[in-house]
Amino acid sequence: MEEKTGEIRLPLIGEKAPDFEAATTQGTLRLSDFEGSWLVLFSHPADFTPVCTTEFMAFSEIYDELKKRNTELLGLSVDSVSSHIAWIRNVEEKMGVKIPFPIIADLNKEVSQKFGMIHPSQSKTETVRCVFIMDPESKIRTILYYPLTTGRNMKEILRIIDALQTTDKHKVATPANWNPGDPVVVPPPGTTEQAEERTKQGYDCKDWYLCFKKL
Amino acid sequence: MIDLPCVSADGKPTKKGIAKLAALKSGASTPKAVAEITGHPLFSVRSGLRELVNAGFVKQVDDNYQLTPEGSKLVP
Repeated sequence: MEEKTGEIRLPLIGEKAPDFEAATTQGTLRLSDFEGSWLVLFSHPADFTPVCTTEFMAFSEIYDELKKRNTELLGLSVDSVSSHIAWIRNVEEKMGVKIPFPIIADLNKEVSQKFGMIHPSQSKTETVRCVFIMDPESKIRTILYYPLTTGRNMKEILRIIDALQTTDKHKVATPANWNPGDPVVVPPPGTTEQAEERTKQGYDCKDWYLCFKKL
Repeated sequence: MIDLPCVSADGKPTKKGIAKLAALKSGASTPKAVAEITGHPLFSVRSGLRELVNAGFVKQVDDNYQLTPEGSKLVP
């Protein structure tokens, strides 16, 4: 299913992400190059801007945690490769933080338009703060959008990846404010028979449709 | 021309490129096997192998990669 807003095509949760080939700070990359790993594709408005700089430092801080979760990072803005290189060198020199992940130079806005990253009422020339979390088959599993003025929460991004990977591994759902180690939600029963059985399976059931279990 | 991660602007393989060529010479033929030997991320191996194919050091047969005679000369 595709949703179109004017010229912008928005890939939706559950769809395979549209492939692309783009110049990055680590050479020419295709989205399909990341298949086999989880991927956090995120856009930022512009290089050498304050909120983006704090975000890049924060993404770098969680890089090792992401690697432990078989997850790669891929940044994007409509700046050039030279601008990206100058900025990440500046961040390393002034802030002491090395940026280890590639950044797409989307000068022609080809990728940002494919992913609906430009919201004209915010800015016609800059991407808003988007996060697309994709699984190893490049299927979109989470989409987050933040306005230009609000920096992203890295703990939430890690929490979402943990929740998605837990769901895939154990076929369960995760409740509000879930964190690894917390009880998970058992999928609701589809039949009256299953609902009856549910009460005998040792779960912590508040009612037949709301049961928790520890992993 | 610009320097690429695996092939420099003068057409020669970079240090990262040589590492991938050496992995192929040691028997690796898939991007995953090359990534395991070199320690480079899989996405970067896939991209780097494309550069090495375009530069004529590697040839791709289906999903497998092998050195060309030109590429073979560059690794002991």
